[in-house]
Amino acid sequence: MTSYRFAIDVMPKEGILDPQGRAVEGSLPHLEVEGVSEVRVGRRVELSVEEADEDTARAVVERLAGELFANPLVESWTIDRVGGRRTEHSDARVGGP
Amino acid sequence: MRVGVVVFPGSNGDRDALHAARLAGAEAELVWHESTDLGGSDVVVLPGGFAYGDYIRAGVLARFSPVMGGVRQHVAQGGLVLGICNGFQVLAEAGLLPGALLRNASLRFEHRWVRVAVERSDTPFTRAIPRGRTLRLPIAHGEGRYFLPAPDLEGLEAQKQVVFRYVAPEGNPNGSAHDIAGVIDVSGRVCGLMPHPERASEPILGSDDGMLVFRSLLESAAETVGAGRESAEVVG
Repeated sequence: MTSYRFAIDVMPKEGILDPQGRAVEGSLPHLEVEGVSEVRVGRRVELSVEEADEDTARAVVERLAGELFANPLVESWTIDRVGGRRTEHSDARVGGP
Repeated sequence: MRVGVVVFPGSNGDRDALHAARLAGAEAELVWHESTDLGGSDVVVLPGGFAYGDYIRAGVLARFSPVMGGVRQHVAQGGLVLGICNGFQVLAEAGLLPGALLRNASLRFEHRWVRVAVERSDTPFTRAIPRGRTLRLPIAHGEGRYFLPAPDLEGLEAQKQVVFRYVAPEGNPNGSAHDIAGVIDVSGRVCGLMPHPERASEPILGSDDGMLVFRSLLESAAETVGAGRESAEVVG
């Protein structure tokens, strides 16, 4: 078994009102920042999966993304490998991009 | 009638729901979320609160609690389920009700009295509510903005699945599509709403309009139980 580390980036779909992004935009004048617009706030989840191969590990992450980390009705997501492969006994929490 | 009120880690409206159900004349018990046994409940209530701290998204972690298997079975057998606030979010996340409850458009946690119109008086959840009567109920939520993509929203309206709608004078408190405060599933046995009927159970609380929902459930369950007994006698 090998440990594979992934990052899931979840974002509100286009056209879905993102009050967090809007609130950030509202605060920008207080930071005296100009020219920043279309702020969208999402969520990033990183995790490690122990599986025989990367495809199987990725399938687990796909399932978690669609059922848990994102609501497919209003959010989209991307999945990326981060860090290198690790053996069963390594500390999967160490390392990363 | 037996009412089972589910308790998730982080539920906070469970005792109020228990109180309202008993006040309506039901036998009511709490059901811990790790149990799949609903104790012969005719009605299951998923109460308000912040199940699992509302982490990731309100309701999504509670959806995977063992009790939800029991709830699905209960629904499959024709049982009634009422989701209040966080309970509504859990039912939406579980796919037992259509739509999603998103962060309030105001970005504020909205905690105040609202008025809702009752769009359907022919459901097990509203049958005791006189036609045309609006309800004064409190809300307390940060993620209550009802959302459904446009074509599905039209379908929801066409199938008359909107049961409660925010109306004047307070109006829509969270930016919900079509002012939707509560919906019902296609079977008509699962209903969810963001306002708290259990917190409007006695005049001293500011309103007892919420009792009309619990009385509706009592009437409906009595009928179902009665029908069940009749058929049992025929068979026996």
